[in-house]
Amino acid sequence: MNAALQRVIELRGITLKFKDKVVLNEVTISVQSRETRVIMGMSGCGKSTLLSILLGLLTPDAGSVDFKGKNLTQLSRSELNKVRMKIGMVYQNAALLSSLTIGENVGLPLQELSTMNSAQRDAIIQEKLELVGLQDARNELPSELSGGMQKRAGMARALALNPELILFDEPTAGLDPINSNLINELIITLRDKQKVTSIIVTHEMESAFALATQMAFLDKGKMILLGSPDEFRNSDIPIVKDFLGPFSNHHTSKQ
Amino acid sequence: MIAELGAIIISWLEQLSGLVWMLRDTGSEIIECLVRHKAPLRLDQFFYQCNRAGVGSIPMVVLLSLFIGLTMALLTGYQLEIFGLVTLVPAIVSVSFTREMGPLFTGIVLAARIGAAYTAELGAMTAGGEVDAIEGMGIGALRYLVTPRILAIFCLTPSLSIVSVLSGIVGAAFISNLLLHIGYGYFYDQVIRNFLIKDLMSGVVKSLMFGAIIGVIACYKGISMNGGAVGVGNATTQSVVASICTVIACDSLCNIMMIIFFP
Repeated sequence: MNAALQRVIELRGITLKFKDKVVLNEVTISVQSRETRVIMGMSGCGKSTLLSILLGLLTPDAGSVDFKGKNLTQLSRSELNKVRMKIGMVYQNAALLSSLTIGENVGLPLQELSTMNSAQRDAIIQEKLELVGLQDARNELPSELSGGMQKRAGMARALALNPELILFDEPTAGLDPINSNLINELIITLRDKQKVTSIIVTHEMESAFALATQMAFLDKGKMILLGSPDEFRNSDIPIVKDFLGPFSNHHTSKQ
Repeated sequence: MIAELGAIIISWLEQLSGLVWMLRDTGSEIIECLVRHKAPLRLDQFFYQCNRAGVGSIPMVVLLSLFIGLTMALLTGYQLEIFGLVTLVPAIVSVSFTREMGPLFTGIVLAARIGAAYTAELGAMTAGGEVDAIEGMGIGALRYLVTPRILAIFCLTPSLSIVSVLSGIVGAAFISNLLLHIGYGYFYDQVIRNFLIKDLMSGVVKSLMFGAIIGVIACYKGISMNGGAVGVGNATTQSVVASICTVIACDSLCNIMMIIFFP
């Protein structure tokens, strides 16, 4: 009962097909409160699709997505929008609105979804931009920023409404080590100080092991391993061992 | 042959159903916003789109209508001169522009200029993940992106149509004076004498319909596009072709209805 109360999101038997191709095959996973769950897998195995299902952007052919006791697959559009206000998403390409400044992007959910006045909104925009170190870029357009800065701006936007769950799609992909570390530190700060529950999809092993409290491995649409980082290091499943490379204990012993 | 025809009909029906669903979802998002006591539309966005669709289109509408009015008066005048009826030119031009040419050419200009822009920018936003991002935040992408655009073009098309009518008549008056020897005073008297509120209303109602058609088709094609840059290009072409064809078909249907029910 206690575990059920602490569970933030749970996917049960999620199956999704695009025409005849099975993208996700009976995927079951649950994420507890304040957990950082890293989902790994080969390119095209359905990780980002899983995030789209978690956000209600895609409806699975079978299975259920429970967010704090509400099945997202059965909610009306307006109910789903209310749930989405509690979930933040940081996109792989940042997905900032190119016609709005960084400040306007961060303030967009506040302006459209909250009843705050302009001064309150301004204060939150400033706070979130300071959190990601972009307070000086408030009046700049996304095209004027680097990839890493855009991702941080996307993170500030995702945090604007203080969501209970944040989804990260490849947060450090394509970034230099300094920017990657900066993003990782931000995610750790969110986990440790703001007690945010996160689901992170990533290929970067260093980031994955630095951030994860729990991990999951998706292979050809099937969830083949769920467990702690240590369980992953010790796994002798061939594809997991190969994927982890030097991060796998078996890989080290081979050498 | 039959299979191909069937596939085309099914594709049309799918598009039509997608379009109806888009309108339904837009409506439900607007209602949801009103229930939360939030404005369903950002006025700054609406006025920006009005400026773009309306004010920005004036030069093109004026230029096109001026030349069409000029050509129409010239060709009609030379034919009527044979029968000694050249004095009918002002009446013919004014009635046809008020009732038919003004709204139709405005519709075509807007489909090409604004419809294409709507589809391209919504398509690019869809391809770049911006639409999903807005949707994922729970804002309602359709309400946020589609409503101001459709409303702007819907409200502004009748005004542009009137601009088109005036420009066409001015063009016709100019050439009539220059080559057909019809004085400006006589031209003006004939235009006023043959002006009917019924014709003007018919033009305005048609303009409103054309505005709605162009806005809905353009936004739907942009939001529902698939693929990257090529997808945006294809969606834009389809949007312009579908808008112009639908506007012309709708115009013909309106004319038939007007003749039957308001002879």
